[in-house]
Parts: sequence; structure tokens; C-alpha cells
Amino acid sequence: MIEAITGIKDSEQEYFINMGPQHPSTHGVLRLVVNLEGEIVKSLVPHCGYIHRGIEKMCEKDTYQQVIHLTDRLDYLSAHINNEAVCLLVENALEVEVSDRIKYIRTIMAELNRIASHQLWWAAFGMDMGALTTFFYGLRDREYILNIFEQTTGGRLLQSYNRPGGLMNDIHPDFVKKIKEFIVHFRKKLPEYDELLTGNVIFHNRTRNIGTLTRENAINYGVTGPSGRASNFACDVRKKYPYSAYDKVDFKEILFTEGDSLARYQVRVAEMWESMKILEQLVDGIPEGPFMMKMKPVIKLPVGEYYQRVEAARGEFGVYVISTGEKNPYRVKFRSPGLANLSTLNHLSPNVKIADLVAIMGSLDLVIPDIDR
Amino acid sequence: MTNEQLKETIEKKFDKATFDEFKGMLNVTVKPEDIHQLLDYLKNENGLKFDFLFSLTGVDWSDSIGIIYHLESVELKHVIAVKCKPESRENPIIPSVTDLWAGAEMHEDEAYDLFGINFTNHPNLRRLMMDEHWNGHPMRKDYVDKINIIDLG
Repeated sequence: MIEAITGIKDSEQEYFINMGPQHPSTHGVLRLVVNLEGEIVKSLVPHCGYIHRGIEKMCEKDTYQQVIHLTDRLDYLSAHINNEAVCLLVENALEVEVSDRIKYIRTIMAELNRIASHQLWWAAFGMDMGALTTFFYGLRDREYILNIFEQTTGGRLLQSYNRPGGLMNDIHPDFVKKIKEFIVHFRKKLPEYDELLTGNVIFHNRTRNIGTLTRENAINYGVTGPSGRASNFACDVRKKYPYSAYDKVDFKEILFTEGDSLARYQVRVAEMWESMKILEQLVDGIPEGPFMMKMKPVIKLPVGEYYQRVEAARGEFGVYVISTGEKNPYRVKFRSPGLANLSTLNHLSPNVKIADLVAIMGSLDLVIPDIDR
Repeated sequence: MTNEQLKETIEKKFDKATFDEFKGMLNVTVKPEDIHQLLDYLKNENGLKFDFLFSLTGVDWSDSIGIIYHLESVELKHVIAVKCKPESRENPIIPSVTDLWAGAEMHEDEAYDLFGINFTNHPNLRRLMMDEHWNGHPMRKDYVDKINIIDLG
């Protein structure tokens, strides 16, 4: 086609461009070297490491209490869930059974965190597609959750509220009231999201059949979380290996079969409804009990290897710790959902337009600090 | 399958493998010459079907540097950890598993970058986190970093 117009051979039309590390649609510092032919993507190579802080190396010098604060900085949008993973690992290793109150509060916080993360993703995804209004809607509703976080934990984005053996402090007296207010508010606002984007024809045309990932490939690439469930891969750790209070609540694992960008979008929107259902079931029945169990001031894990899996907002988050019985871990590995999801990008992108690449990236919901660690 | 059954099944085929169990997780340790065959067997054998590689971790055990693969079967719902310990610490060589799990590619890049493990048959082995001209492999225990901010304190 281009050959007919320009007289230059197709094979010589190929060129490379750098997308990022400052490109707005990468939502951070990810650099993609994209091989293009006209507007069509032929292949791409992701380059990571622009925000590599060596968190795993730092953890080797830190105590287990200090590790908590570093996990916040991985996937900062599911900071609470990352904290929880380390705490659960330490508690399982020391065989500490935490009170029901702690389990309930952790689960409530995790679900609030998941909703907040999906809200921000929804806001930014709409913006990637050129719909600026979504950004204001999403951030407006997210503010409610951040205020709840701030009241109880002191932190809005990074809470560091979990401690090995419990929580930093008890919940604020208004905690339950505020959550109920939020649910009432958001149950009214979430249908607005559907009106604005879910039913939008332009949006459908931009996302349907774009970046289709089959179930087989989702498993092969290790794509988890909403992106995996959009391909009918039942990978929800909350269902597979229930932790905290997830065995006490009734919720549905959202599965779609299409595997395209639209399905990934629909999974996340449906998950916001499910998270609200979980909140409603827990918020009234927070049992009495201590918010912190008795722990030794210096935590030393018995010699051995530990692995803890949790469901973060972007997929399966895993912590692997090798302990030699010292007060700091010998080796810490964070299994970040982002890196596995990013690895599919080269598989999904060939022969799509560069604007569709933005849609695919947005629907995979990458958070770069989570990938670079 | 229970860990006992898993152990028996694998032992029949790989008599050189060593086993240990900790906190409900079965660990299998093999040498690099067997690793690819073992993982292929774990993935494709009917009763095992470990098709989901959920973690690939480089580890410096101080006497050797190697890899831990965490595998899960989506259908049969059992998990296993496979360890590979090459003889040489200076230049550990392990066959790549990108032909079995496409998702392993970037994890292996990371292990090469941070631990200096060389993967054979890897399509494009490169440094993932560090600059391509970086000297050494930072996650190794004997790596010396002159401006380590943690040590300064």
C-alpha cells in the first residue's frame, strides 16, 4: 500500500520508535521500542528498570517490620494488599493466629484498596481512549476511599497499616459509618460509569477484539488478576486459597471468555460491584477483639522457605522468603503481577495500530514500579 | 495429587532428584542437565499437568547460584517448587524454559541481570533492570556496591 504511494519498498518502510519512558499512556516510566510499518505495530521490546530501586536487595538488610514499608512502593495502588502478603507470610511462619477483628479489618481495607485501584484504572483508561471526563469521575469517587484510609491509617496512597501480627492501630470511630456512606454513594455512581463508557459505541469499537488473549496463552504467560479472568482463567487467589476473612464472605469470581480489551474492562467494572458486596457483608459485623496480637519485638522466622500468595488489584502477588533464622530475610522475592502481564504485550501487539497498542496497555493495567521493583 | 504421590511419580522417572518438604510445599532439587526434561515432564504428563509457572526466582545460596520454579496445576490444583543448582557459582548455566512457558522469558532476563545466570536457548537474553553496560550482578551476595545507601547508615 505504502509502496504504491511512495515508491519505497515495503521492507524498507520499517522503522523503530521509542514509546516512553515519558509517554503518558505508559502511566510511568516504561519504554517500548516499537517496530512499526506505517501505523501498524510489527513487534516491540519492553525496556524496564527506569524505576528499579533494588527493593529485593534492600529487604535483605531490613527486618520483617521494615519490609512492610517497602512493599507499599511496589504496586502503590494495592499498597494495603502487598502489606498484607508480608504479614500473612510472617504469621504463617511463626504460626500466629490473628483475631477475627484483624482479619475483618484487613479484608475490608483490601477491598477498599481494590475499588480505589480499579477506579483510578477506569479513570485513566478512559483518558487513554480520549475520554477526559472519566478521569474526573473516577478520581472524584476515589477521594471517598482515600479519606477513609487517611482517617484510620494516616496515609492516603501508601498506608503501611498492616503489621506482622495485626494492625498499626485500631479503626477510627467513624470507619464503619464512612464506608456505609461510600457504598450508598458509589452504588449510585457506578451506573454512571456504565453510561459514560461501558455502553459507548466509540469505546466498543476501540476495544472489542483488540488484543485477544486466549485462555491457554493466559496460563502460559502467567497472566493473572482481571486480565487473566477476562480470558476465562480462574486465577483468583481469594477463591483458590482463601486468606483473612475471604472464606466468610460470599462473592462471585468474575469470568469472561472473550479475552479482548473490552472483556478486561468488563471484568474490572464487575469486580467493583463484587468488592462492594464483600464490604457490605463485613462492615456491620466487625467482631470485638485485639487489633494487635502479642508478638516478640524482634521477629526471627524459623529456618526455611516460605511462599505467600494474595490477590492484589492487578493479579496474583507473591512473596517468597528464604530465612536462615536471622532477624532479616536471606532472600526476598516479590512475584509482581505486572511483569507477567507485561510479557504478553509483545504477543498481543503484532498487527495492531499504534492507537490500539495504547488500548491494550491500558486494559492490562500496568503499574511500572511493580514491574521494576 | 498429594505431595507423597507427587514424590513417588517423579522419583520413578528421575532417580537423581532429591526431595524435601516444608510447610506443605514439596521441593525437588535437580542438576541443570535434568531440569528441562523434568519441567517438560511436569508440564505435559497427564496426571501432573503443572501448566502455570507462577514464580521464577533466582537465588544465591552462597555455595551455588540457581533458580527456583514455582509451579501450579490449574486443573488438578497442586503446587510444587523445583530447584536447579548448577555446579559452578561463577558461571551458572541453566537451560531456558521459554519453550515451555512463554512467560518465563522476562523472568529469566531478570535472573540473568541480577544473578548472572546464563540461560541456554533463550531467544534474547538481556539485562532487564540494570543498564546494559552495568558491571556485575547486584543480587549476588558477594557483590560490592561502593555507594550502597543501606550500608552507609
